[in-house]
Amino acid sequence: MHYLFEPGLFGSGPVRTALLVGAVVAITSGVIGVFTVIRGQSFAGHALADVATTGGSGAFLVGLNQFWGFLVAGIVAAAMMEGIGVQRRRGRDVATGVVLGAALGAAALFLYLGTLQTSTTGASFSVLFGSIFVISPDTVPALVASGIVALVVVAVLTRVLLLTSISPDLARARGVRVRTVGIVYLAALAVSVSLAAVAIGAVLSTALLIGPSATALRVTKSPGWAMVTSALAGIAATWLGIVLSYDSYYWPPFGHGWPVSFFVVALVLVGYLLTYVKRPRRLAPRSPHEGAECFPA
Amino acid sequence: MMNTWIAGSIVAVIAGMVGFFAVLRGQTFAAHAIPNGAFAGAAGASLLGINVIWGMAVFAIAGALGIGALGSEQQGRKSRNDVVTALGLVLMLGLGALFVSVSSQYAEETYALLFGEVFGISQGEILPILGLGILTAVAIGVAFRPLMLTSALPEIAQARGISTRRADIYFLLVMALATSMTVPVVGALLMFSLMIGPPAAARSVTARPGVALALSVVIALAIVWISIALSYQTNWPLGFFVGVAGAVFYLLGLGVRTLGVSRTRLA
Repeated sequence: MHYLFEPGLFGSGPVRTALLVGAVVAITSGVIGVFTVIRGQSFAGHALADVATTGGSGAFLVGLNQFWGFLVAGIVAAAMMEGIGVQRRRGRDVATGVVLGAALGAAALFLYLGTLQTSTTGASFSVLFGSIFVISPDTVPALVASGIVALVVVAVLTRVLLLTSISPDLARARGVRVRTVGIVYLAALAVSVSLAAVAIGAVLSTALLIGPSATALRVTKSPGWAMVTSALAGIAATWLGIVLSYDSYYWPPFGHGWPVSFFVVALVLVGYLLTYVKRPRRLAPRSPHEGAECFPA
Repeated sequence: MMNTWIAGSIVAVIAGMVGFFAVLRGQTFAAHAIPNGAFAGAAGASLLGINVIWGMAVFAIAGALGIGALGSEQQGRKSRNDVVTALGLVLMLGLGALFVSVSSQYAEETYALLFGEVFGISQGEILPILGLGILTAVAIGVAFRPLMLTSALPEIAQARGISTRRADIYFLLVMALATSMTVPVVGALLMFSLMIGPPAAARSVTARPGVALALSVVIALAIVWISIALSYQTNWPLGFFVGVAGAVFYLLGLGVRTLGVSRTRLA
C-alpha cells in the first residue's frame, strides 16, 4: 500500500482540499456532462471552456481569483452562444468557432500583459492546465456552493431537459419553453466548466465534462444510471489522478511531479476506450430511428 | 521579421484552403482539435531534443487517425464524432501539458506554442514549412473534386462509389499536415481561428465554390499580414490579432451578405 499511497498523503492540507474539490468537480461535470453528450453539445461545452480561459486570464491580469473570471466569462459566453442560435447545427459550429477564436486571442493578450505586469511566468500554465494543489482553502466554500447550485438546477429540470434534448418538438407541443430551458442549462454548464477549469485547467475541463458521461452513456441504459455512473467514474479518475500525481514526485525526472491534469485526462480516456472492448450485447439490430438512438455516444 | 512574413504568408494560403473545406464539411471541431496535437508534438520533440516539426507532424497525424478511426461513418451520428474529437483534443493537450512540465523550460515555451510568436521563425525553418505547404496544396488539388462532392452532396458521392468515410479521414490527414507547419507561427490555439474565420467570411459573400476558395485565401493573407504588422508595432502577441481579425472579417462578411440580400429584395 505504501507504494501507492505515499505516507503523509492524506495528512497534507493541499491534498485534502484537492480531493474535496476534485470530488465536487467530478460530480457536477459528470451529471451535467450526460446532458451535454445527449444534446450533442460537446463542441459548445469545449467552446465555453475556451472562452472561460479568457476570463481566467483576465482575472489573473487584474489580480482576482481565477474562479470568478472563469465563471463570469463562461456565463457571458453561454448567453452569446444562445444568441447565436445553438439549434442550427452547421452555422452554429462556424459561429461558435469564430467567437472561440476571438476569445482565445484575447486570452493570449491578457496572459501576455499579465506576465509583463507581475513577471511571474507560471500563470499561463495554471490558467490553461489547472492547479488543483494550490487552491486556497478560502475559495473552497464558493466552489462547493456553486457546484451544488448547478446540480440542484439540473436536478429540478431533469425531466424537462431530457424531453427537450430528445425531442424539442414534442416538448414544445407540451408547452415547455425550450429556449428558456436551453439558457438555464447552458448557465449550469458554464458553472460546471468553471469548476473543472479550476481543477484541471480551462482547456482540459472538457475531459471531465465529456469523458465520464460518454463512457457512462455507452455502458448504461437509462439516463439516471448514466448520471450516477458518470459521477462515480469522474471521481475515480480525479482521485486516482491526484494520488498518481503525488506519487510521480518520485518518478523521473526526479524532484518534479507530473501534472494532475495529465493523469485525469489519460484515465478518462482509458475509461472511454474500455467501453469499446466489450460492447453491450444487442438482441436485434436496431433501426436508426428507435428510442435508444437518443443517447448517441 | 522577413522570415516570419514569408512563413506567415505560406501558412495563410494553406489555412485559407484547408479551412474552406473544413467549414464546408462541418469539421470545425476537428480543425480545433488537430492543431492541439501539433502542440503536444512540439512539446514532446523539444523535450527529446529533436526537430520540432517532426514531432508536430507525427502527433497531428496520429491525432487525425485516432479521431477518424473512432468516429462513426453514419452521417446522423455527429454527436459521437464530437465526443471522440473532444476526447482526442484533451488527450493531446494533456500530453502537451505533461511534456512541457517535465521539461524544465516550460512557461515561455508553452505560451509560444499555444499562442504563436512573431520572431519564432528562423531561416532554416522556412524550407520545411514551404515543403509541407506544397504537399498540402497538392493533396487538396489532387482530391479537389471528390472532396467537393463528398462535402456538398454526400449521397450522390456515395452513389458514385466514393466513400465519405475515406474522404473524411483523407481530409483529416491533410489538416494534420497543414497544422504541423503552422503551429510555431500562429500557435496551436489560434491556427483554428485562421482556418475558420476566412472561409466563413468568404462563404457568406459568395456561393460559388471556386470564388469562395480564392477569397478565403485572400482574407487569410490579409489577416496574417495585418496581424504581423500590428504585432510588430505593439509587441503584443500575434495570436491576439489573428483571433480578433478573424472575427472582424467574419462580421464584415455577414454585413456584406445582409446588405446584398436587402438590395436583391429591392430590385
